Amino acid sequence: MTETHELVKQLADKYGRDRASLMPVLQAVVEKQNYLTEEAMNEIADQFGISAAQVFGTASFYSFLDTEARGKYVIRVCKSIIAEMKGKKAIIKALENVLKISVGQTTPDKKFTLLETNDIGWSDQEPSMLINETPFTNLTPEKVINIINEYSSK
Amino acid sequence: MNSNNLKKTDVIFGIWPCMEDNKYPILEAVINRNPDDIIKDIINSGLKGRGGAGFPTGLKWKFAASQTESEKYIICNADEGEPGTFKDREILLKVPEKIFAGMAICSHCIKAKKGFVYLRGEYKFMLPQLNKVLESFHESIRKTGYDFEIKILLGSGAYVCGEETSLMESMEGKRGEPRNKPPFPVVEGFNNKPTVINNVETFVNVAMIQKLGVAEFVKLGTDDSRGSKVFSVSGDTPKPGVFELELGMKLSDFVAEYGDGDTKAVQVGGASGFCVPRKRFEDTIIGFEGVPTGGSMMLFNSTRSMYNVLSNYLDFFAEESCGQCTPCRVGCQQLIQGIKAVKKGSKNEDYLDSLLKLTESMKITAKCGLGQSVANSFYSIVTNFKEEMIY
Ligand SMILES: Cc1cc2nc3c(=O)[nH]c(=O)nc-3n(C[C@H](O)[C@H](O)[C@H](O)COP(=O)(O)O)c2cc1C
Ligand code: SF4
Repeated sequence: MTETHELVKQLADKYGRDRASLMPVLQAVVEKQNYLTEEAMNEIADQFGISAAQVFGTASFYSFLDTEARGKYVIRVCKSIIAEMKGKKAIIKALENVLKISVGQTTPDKKFTLLETNDIGWSDQEPSMLINETPFTNLTPEKVINIINEYSSK
Repeated sequence: MNSNNLKKTDVIFGIWPCMEDNKYPILEAVINRNPDDIIKDIINSGLKGRGGAGFPTGLKWKFAASQTESEKYIICNADEGEPGTFKDREILLKVPEKIFAGMAICSHCIKAKKGFVYLRGEYKFMLPQLNKVLESFHESIRKTGYDFEIKILLGSGAYVCGEETSLMESMEGKRGEPRNKPPFPVVEGFNNKPTVINNVETFVNVAMIQKLGVAEFVKLGTDDSRGSKVFSVSGDTPKPGVFELELGMKLSDFVAEYGDGDTKAVQVGGASGFCVPRKRFEDTIIGFEGVPTGGSMMLFNSTRSMYNVLSNYLDFFAEESCGQCTPCRVGCQQLIQGIKAVKKGSKNEDYLDSLLKLTESMKITAKCGLGQSVANSFYSIVTNFKEEMIY
């Protein structure tokens, strides 16, 4: 039995196999495996007794339930108008430089994915970003480089 | 700076904690009262929902209470996705026990045994702390023998899931596509059972009405806008942050306090709200009798391009549109292309009038509030800052 099969089974045991448990299970798989592989979605469909298309249909609706390959740390930079006014552009540039990738890409070592996202709820402290679930606010290019260095050595 | 007319209040974050020695005295008092009397309190308080739409909370509860189904639910809407809004974040971080107390009061009124907090995925970092408070909440109500349980569920990054029926679809494990209304959630909500859904701040207000008494509560605000409101202040301001103010203030008083001396426009109510230009600050009232708001106040000074502001909002709507209905799905794209074309000069300025007509028809034909409210910022920015759209 594969690792994914075991994981999905464990999660279904924990959260349940009714449709209302689908989101928590999808969220937990993303937390463990960074994104939803085809294998994981098929396993979930099996466990829930629904079609893989239904699982994909739900997952593809939500921007945090990635169905494309993602790195261990997903960086989501806020792109609201306030973030833009407070220097989001320079933050993206600093991240692109230090990670050597562009927005939308993943580093070759699969450690970081760089994305932009809509308002994350920190307009009083822009620019801001999430790294997985952790928010970072009042960013400056220097601060961003330090944060990435810290995550790189994790 | 004249800020004398602005009344700062401290109902939501301050004035008596809800929880004392791990106990909830107001809850004990409330569950011994007749539910109908409490609903009457909420109606008499004039409280209107704090999530944006402003539906009278007491009436919503009365409808839900009158449903005869035995299974009912309560949902706290903590999806807070409106650009420029972050006041629920502070409420969730600072006074979560008041939210849970408000939900328990609601459960007593409508006879529900289960409640949910739908927390936006972006706020997942709060989960450990919230669950800790929730645990002690459960412990203390169990001691009173009262049967009510709350569960916190997470969203996954979709603005439209803040719309109440979309949120329920999401809770049911489906795509977060809004439903047709009616039936309204008070009749058929989560799992098709009668459901009360309220904003985070609305539940806190309910708890505080029980704590303060209706007479104290109605002293705050105006006839149409009772109570205080928690505002999210951002943009060109020396004081960004969360502030609790009495409703019914003049926008000019607000700008005198929070502006940077060069405020050219305030976007009231987020991307789905209205843009008010400087010449209207004096005669604009913030409240249900004037410009209503879920609390987002974005300030722009004269260095900002209102074209960029509108363009950012439209990109937001286009991305967050669930795509279920054509007016919204296609309309958002056409608006983006349209203002670009006018700015580039490939369409003349009359084209803006056709775009305004398009937003008017979106307002009428779109299925949910997302598509319907694109017209608000589009109309108020395009008509007040027309030259910035063209040159
Ligand atoms: C696109 C859209 C997004 C919404 N987002 C939220 C939200 O994040 N939080 C919220 O409380 N209400 C939101 N609402 C309003 C809800 O549908 C609903 O009216 C509200 O939760 C009711 O609570 P209230 O009466 O206490 O305001 C949204 C509405 C729409 C159309
Ligand atoms: S108005 Fe937009 S978000 Fe609402 S149902 Fe239609 S397509 Fe979806």
